[in-house]
Amino acid sequence: MNIELRDPNIIMKLSRLGSFHQSRLSFLRSFLNEFKDWQYNRDLFDLDQKGYGTAVYSFKKKDRVYSLICYANKINDDERSDRVIATKWDAAFTLHDGIPLKDDIDRLRNEVPKQEVGRLSYKELTLSRANRSVRVFDHVVESLSNGNQPDLELLEKVGYLYRTTAVYGSGKFGLADRFRIKNREEINGPFRLEMMLVYLVRQFTFDQVNHVAKNKNPNSAVRLDPKICRNLGIGNSTGLGMAPFIINHPTLLNNWILSREIALKKIREIKIVKIKDRDLFKDCVKNSIKNITSWNTESEYQLKKIKLLLDDVRKFINFLEKEFDFEKNYPFNEIYLWLERETCEECIEYIVSIMMEPFGEIVQPLVKLMSSEEEKYFNIPSDRNVEDLKKILENKYSDILKIDFKKEESNQKFWFISKNKEEPRLANRFEENGADLEQPLAIARDIKELYKRLSPLNDNLKINQFLIDNSDLRHVIRRAFITEKFPYSEIQDNTIGKNLVPIDMLRLKLSFFGALKFDPRSDKWLRICMFQGAPLPDELKDYDEHWVYKTYS
Amino acid sequence: MRSLSEIETTAKRASRAAGYSWGIAEEVGKSIRLSELFGFPGIKHLNQYYQNKKKIKFSDIKLINKTNKSNGLSFCPIILGVNFIDQVKNVENFKSCLIEKLAYPLLLLPFLSRSSEIIGKKLLFSFDQSKFLLNFNMSIFSNSWNKEIPILANQVEISFLNNEDNFSDQDWKNLYKLAEDTFVEETDSLKQGAAGAGLTDND
Repeated sequence: MNIELRDPNIIMKLSRLGSFHQSRLSFLRSFLNEFKDWQYNRDLFDLDQKGYGTAVYSFKKKDRVYSLICYANKINDDERSDRVIATKWDAAFTLHDGIPLKDDIDRLRNEVPKQEVGRLSYKELTLSRANRSVRVFDHVVESLSNGNQPDLELLEKVGYLYRTTAVYGSGKFGLADRFRIKNREEINGPFRLEMMLVYLVRQFTFDQVNHVAKNKNPNSAVRLDPKICRNLGIGNSTGLGMAPFIINHPTLLNNWILSREIALKKIREIKIVKIKDRDLFKDCVKNSIKNITSWNTESEYQLKKIKLLLDDVRKFINFLEKEFDFEKNYPFNEIYLWLERETCEECIEYIVSIMMEPFGEIVQPLVKLMSSEEEKYFNIPSDRNVEDLKKILENKYSDILKIDFKKEESNQKFWFISKNKEEPRLANRFEENGADLEQPLAIARDIKELYKRLSPLNDNLKINQFLIDNSDLRHVIRRAFITEKFPYSEIQDNTIGKNLVPIDMLRLKLSFFGALKFDPRSDKWLRICMFQGAPLPDELKDYDEHWVYKTYS
Repeated sequence: MRSLSEIETTAKRASRAAGYSWGIAEEVGKSIRLSELFGFPGIKHLNQYYQNKKKIKFSDIKLINKTNKSNGLSFCPIILGVNFIDQVKNVENFKSCLIEKLAYPLLLLPFLSRSSEIIGKKLLFSFDQSKFLLNFNMSIFSNSWNKEIPILANQVEISFLNNEDNFSDQDWKNLYKLAEDTFVEETDSLKQGAAGAGLTDND
C-alpha cells in the first residue's frame, strides 16, 4: 500500500501547526539519544551557602568535551522578570566548546550574566539565562532543610525549579557560527547544543537546591529524591522572537515537517503490526492522559483546546479498546483515517506523535534529515520564466491566492523589530506607527501581489528580466522557488491577518523542541516545560526511551 | 570578534535602511558575510558606501551589456552585483565585460564569486592595479589582499575564464605514468578469474 504524504495545504495551516506535539523526532529526545553514552561530569561546584557562585558540568567522549558554565547571582525580587526587557537573572549559562580554563571562566563571568549586551567568543556555543520559580524553589529548600521531601502537588502544578527566558546560539552576540561545528556528527540535528544547555541547567537546579538546603540546616537536610527530580523539568518563557524564525528558515521548516510526514506515511504503510508494538502504542496513549490532566493553564484558548483534546483522546481509547481490531491489515492507516473523521486537529496530531513511539527504526534515520544547508537554495534560478513561476504560485499557494488583501482585516497586523530590544514584535497597522519599517514576514500578501504582477506578462519572459523592475518582490520570488522543491517550507496562512494567533507559530517550533504543557500567557507569549520526566544525567546509559509517557509512573 | 551571523544580519538590515528592497538586502547580507569570510573588508566598504550614498547620487546598471558606459555618475555596486548574479548566464556569452566608473568595486567581489559558482567558471575581476581570481566561490586569489582597495574603479573588466587545465599534457602524462605503478600486471589466470565476466564479456 502506498500512502500519500499529507497535503501541505492542510498541514501547513497555522491552526494545524499550532496543534503539533512533541514526538520521538523532537530535538530534546534526539539529543538524549545521541549523548546517552557520553561521559557526564560535574567538574566544578563553587557556590556559597546561599547558592551563588560558579559551576561547570560537562559531556565528554574521546577528545570532544562540551562544558556548561553556570553563574548564579543574587538578584532582588523586584529585579526578577521573565520578559525580554529584563537585565538581571538568577543564573546565566554558556556552553563552552572544550574544557574552560580559569581565564575563560573569569572572562565569561563578566560577559555571560550580561546576556545580550555581553560579548561571547567563537569558543562559546550557546548562551542562556534563567529565573527561579521562587515559590517552588523556596518551598523545596525549606522542606529539604527540615528533612522532608517537598509537596508533590505544588511541584506537579509548576513542573520546574527554574525557567529559562531565552536560549541563544548560532553566532548571536559573538557565539560560534554554525559553520564552525556543523560537521561534528554528534550535533547533526537542529538545536542539539541548545538542548544540551537546557538539560545541564536542569541538573544544576537540582544540585543548587540541594546545596542551599544542606547549608541552611546541615544536620537535618535531606537530598531531593531522584524520582522527584526526574519529574521536574526546566520551564521556559517564550515570546514572539521564535515566530519569525520559522518563516525565515523555509528549508529547515520543511525538513522538520517532512520528517514527521514521512514517519507517519511509513507507519500507515505497515501491513501487520507486531503485538509488542501495538501494546506499546496503546500504553503510551493511555499513560498520556496524565500528561493532559496535569497540563495547567489559565488561558481560556488553551483550556478549550485541552478539553477538546482530553475528550477526543478518551473517545479514541474507547474506540481502540471496544471497536478496533489490530489484526486488520494496515491498522495505523485505519486509525489515522478514523482520527481524521472523528477527532479535532489537536487530537489528530497528538496521536500521530504517539504513533511514532514503537517505531524507532523508522524515526531514527529521519532525525538526521532534520537539518538544512540553507545556503544551497539561496540563489534565485533567474533563467526560469514567468510561466514557471506562475505555475508554482498556482500549485503551491492556491489558498493564499484566494485571500482578499483589499480587506482591512487581511492586512491588520505588521511585524517589526523593536529598537530597544532588537526583538520581533507585532502591532496593528492601522493604530500604531512603524508599518513603514515592516519586516518581510507578510509572505501571503506579497505572494498574492507577485501573482498579480506576473499575470499580464508574457509566459516566456525570464525571471531575470522581471526582477529588474520588481526587486521589491525579490524575497518572495526566492521563496516560491524554494517552495517548489520543499513542499512543507511555507505556512499556508496569512501571517498579518486580524485572526492571526502568533502562539500557533511558537507552538509549532516548541513542539519540535520537545516541549510539554504549553501555557499561553497571552496570544503572544507562553510558558512551557522541557525535559520533565527525562532521565537524569547519571541514568542516561540505560533509560526508557518512552519516558515522556511515563512521567508519573 | 563579530560572528558571520551578526555580520550578515546587520548588513541586511543596514541595506534595507539604505533604501534597498528586502530581497536585495538579503543578497547584500549574504555577500558581505562571504566577503568577510574570504578576508576582504566588506563591512568597511559597505559602511563607507552607505554613508556616501546619502550625499552622492549613483547610477544603476539594470541590463548588463558587454560595455557599460557611465553617464557621468558612478555605478552602484549593489545593483550591479544583484543583476550580475541574475543575468550571469547571459553575460557569460560576452566572454568579458567592461564597466566604466564603478563605485566601491570591492562590494561587487562577493557577487562575482557567487556568480562563478553558478556558472561553474572561474572569473577574473580586474580594475586599476587590482586583480582577483574567483574560483567557484570556494576561494579568491588576489594581489590586493591586505592592501587598501580604491573606492572608485575607473575601468573594470570581468572575464569569464575557460575551464582549462593548469598543467601541460606532458606534466599529466608523467604523473599518470607514476600512478600506473599502483596497478598489477594481469597474468592469464588473473584475466580469467579476477574480473566477473572473465574473457567472455561479449554477447
